[in-house]
Amino acid sequence: MGNHSSAAGENYLNHEKGLWSWLTTVDHKRIGLMYMITVMFFFLVGGIMALLLRLELFAPNTVQGVGQVLKNGDIYNQVLTYHGAIMVFMVIVPGIPAILGNFFLPIHLGAKDVAFPKINLLSWYCFMAGAALAIATFFTHKIDTGWTFYTPYSIRTGTSTVLMVLGAFIMGMSSVLTGLNFIVTVHKLRAPGMTMHRMPLFVWALYSTAILQMLATPVLAITLLLLAAEKIFGVGIFDPALGGDPVLFQHFFWFYSHPAVYIMILPAMGIVSELIATFSRKVIFGYTAIAYSSLGIAAVSFFVWGHHMFVSGQSATAGIIFSFITMLVGVPTAIKMFNWVATIYKGSVRFDSPMLFALGFLFLFAIGGVTGIMLAVLPIDVHFHDTYFVVAHFHYVMVGGTLMALMGGFYYWFPKMFGKMFNESLARLSFVFIFVGFNVTFFPQFVLGAMGMPRRYFDYIPAYETLNKISTVGSWLILTGFLFGLYTIVQGIRKGEKAPMNPWGAKTLEWQTSSPPPHFNFDVEPVVTAGPYEYR
Amino acid sequence: MMWFNLAKAQSFMPTEGTEIAKQVDNLYGFLLITSFIACVLVIGGMIYFVYKYKRKSDNDKTAYISHNTALEFLWSFIPLVIFLAVFAWGWYIYHGMRTMPKNALEINVLGKQWAWEIEYKNGFKAVNEVVVPVNTDVKLLLTSQDVIHSFFVPSFRIKQDAVPGRYTALWFNATKLGEFHIFCAEYCGTSHSGMIGKLRVVTQEEFNKYLEEGQEEGQLPLAKRGEKLFALKACASCHSVDSPAVKVGPSLFKKFGTEEVLEGGAKVVVDENYLRESILQPNAKIVNGFPHGVMPTFQGQINENELNALVEYVKSLSGK
Ligand code: HEM
Ligand SMILES: [Cu+2]
Repeated sequence: MGNHSSAAGENYLNHEKGLWSWLTTVDHKRIGLMYMITVMFFFLVGGIMALLLRLELFAPNTVQGVGQVLKNGDIYNQVLTYHGAIMVFMVIVPGIPAILGNFFLPIHLGAKDVAFPKINLLSWYCFMAGAALAIATFFTHKIDTGWTFYTPYSIRTGTSTVLMVLGAFIMGMSSVLTGLNFIVTVHKLRAPGMTMHRMPLFVWALYSTAILQMLATPVLAITLLLLAAEKIFGVGIFDPALGGDPVLFQHFFWFYSHPAVYIMILPAMGIVSELIATFSRKVIFGYTAIAYSSLGIAAVSFFVWGHHMFVSGQSATAGIIFSFITMLVGVPTAIKMFNWVATIYKGSVRFDSPMLFALGFLFLFAIGGVTGIMLAVLPIDVHFHDTYFVVAHFHYVMVGGTLMALMGGFYYWFPKMFGKMFNESLARLSFVFIFVGFNVTFFPQFVLGAMGMPRRYFDYIPAYETLNKISTVGSWLILTGFLFGLYTIVQGIRKGEKAPMNPWGAKTLEWQTSSPPPHFNFDVEPVVTAGPYEYR
Repeated sequence: MMWFNLAKAQSFMPTEGTEIAKQVDNLYGFLLITSFIACVLVIGGMIYFVYKYKRKSDNDKTAYISHNTALEFLWSFIPLVIFLAVFAWGWYIYHGMRTMPKNALEINVLGKQWAWEIEYKNGFKAVNEVVVPVNTDVKLLLTSQDVIHSFFVPSFRIKQDAVPGRYTALWFNATKLGEFHIFCAEYCGTSHSGMIGKLRVVTQEEFNKYLEEGQEEGQLPLAKRGEKLFALKACASCHSVDSPAVKVGPSLFKKFGTEEVLEGGAKVVVDENYLRESILQPNAKIVNGFPHGVMPTFQGQINENELNALVEYVKSLSGK
């Protein structure tokens, strides 16, 4: 295949055949799809666990039967740990960059592939190996530490923390490799005429994320290795019984995991920028502000980790400084919100399902954002820390934000990826159920948190019963929505009509090649002469 | 101001048990209002725009507005000012929360899986129950014997981790008499959610009495303490202790160490754990011939120390 002019009807899907050709492929599009299948599988597993947790919390344990779905606290704690760990490390962190990023970043740049296609494949194998290790703990000793692995609990609990931590470590390597690949691709493989300032905002978002992945993930890796060393050799870094400092672990952990929160949300913001521009058919408002605020957020996110530790025993001065810096991160985030809304102004808006998800994102992210500000205020966080208010807040940001964007992006690019159209009414139905169900599930949790219900609770006092019931019912609505979504996808792939090259009338490069794209993305290398959103 | 009170009333925060709780709620009420306004502006603006600028034909022309410096400056500057004001306000309250008053009444609290152990200066110990006098500065000195726990009293808006290997502290001045929940807010394993205590605010006189009696009681032999409790909790009205005669429930006379036949024919040895279970969950194992649901549970009404005393008392009835 020396040249990249494709014969009629040939595309990346049918370019080579057989399972082996997929497992050894270095085509970024195929790797994106492989991530898609695995991440969807993990999402299913994590989701079933979420439903179990919610079912357990439907009633307090004094109620026979319904209140005792998970038998006892240990089982609840394990399910909670796997739900959290799977959703964070195997769904939301890899999610957008690995699936949609892999698929579209090179196409957005007018490139044939990422800079290091083999490393790209390697990173998928790392991801699978790490995930396999982490899931193996399920069959040895189930872990019950929570996804945060706080010491000294994680050192004392007799479960297979080491294996789990090793799994997370290897998945972290996958994340670093993807980040590295994206950074080099952005710098080296842009098509003629594609200046940095002509890159789509999704690419900017992935670029900022990649920097975070490269810089923050190694800190997690070291922390996890130290934890493993502590557990195996008892070196005395984190365990107070050996003279270690348990709070030190929290510093290390959040030094990664706070930036990680932005690894989860920045790509989502990128997708939303694309969707809003396309479906409003309008140039994005404040392109440079959005692009550089991503970088700004990425940079500042390294200096706010202490806001997870206001009541941990760190000094009051530290608390004040962290609270101050956290407030500052609020500003670029707010700016982005205003920019998106301003983009719609005087646009020409279509309500296709991807746009619905983008609008859903704005709605939920606004609520996630203002509650984030509340949590950044010291005395208020003292009350809310480790309560359901926090659970509601991060689900609004991570699920309401990232997952909505992922779904929206997925529907948006579906015609390009598979060359087929999906059933629009079904897609809208899935949106309605997910959106309504989401609010029914998580809004009551803000109230529960304000009332004082702590998180990670297997059981609760009767005062919290009604709201927990509502929340559980909401989780069934979300389930329904995702089932509709899954059906839409499967049905679209199998029976969908043939998709045109550019069904939404968008301006970015991926829409200027056939659907699905040929093996090397473009039959003729594109030359870029204008910005990505020139709707005039 | 009416708005403000409305926001506060709708904030679902639990009873305000301290002055600081009121301050926190004021700030929270303010934030609720500003957040609500912000959301209405952003989400409302979004909804308004999407309807107003709905696509009318397939080749609608749209405005080419790439940016607007004045506007962008304004909408960065205004949030910044609000955020900084809120930060300063928060700082002020937090300062009050974190500055330990001098001459406060000090109480030691030890977190362990899965209970709070409280020790007063006079050596009196209690489990899962902190009793403090009203309108008095109280300082709790926290630590943990195993993993990290977190001492959380929602009504007082206070929370502080209890970290093994070091002391942390918090203070409060309760302004309301009554009982308040204490939760553990840092995940600590199996019974994390069962690590619930109560904080009882009483008058100064009651507090003095509590301490005194506690101390005296602390010096009685364990079984004697159990005997007092047995009377106090009116156990004697249903269980005889000096003969095998049956009242409402089985007699406890010389019962310890014997075998009891249960409903359905199963047998159980009357040991410490059986006694414990029968006190906390009376209906778990019913002795053959006795009705269900007659004995009330004492779950949550007696603490571990009291339970020990009761078990010891029942043991003593067998001369063991
Ligand atoms: C879709 C419906 C979902 C439901 C009904 C749900 C429900 C829950 C529940 C009940 C908890 C336990 C809260 C606690 O006791 O602290 C929880 C924790 C958590 N969830 Fe979800 N969840 C959902 C989706 C997700 C997704 C997509 C993510 C992805 C980021 C996620 C991330 C987490 C995390 C990180 C935790 C914390 C685990 C921990 O405290 O160790 N959840 N969720
Ligand atoms: Cu605890």
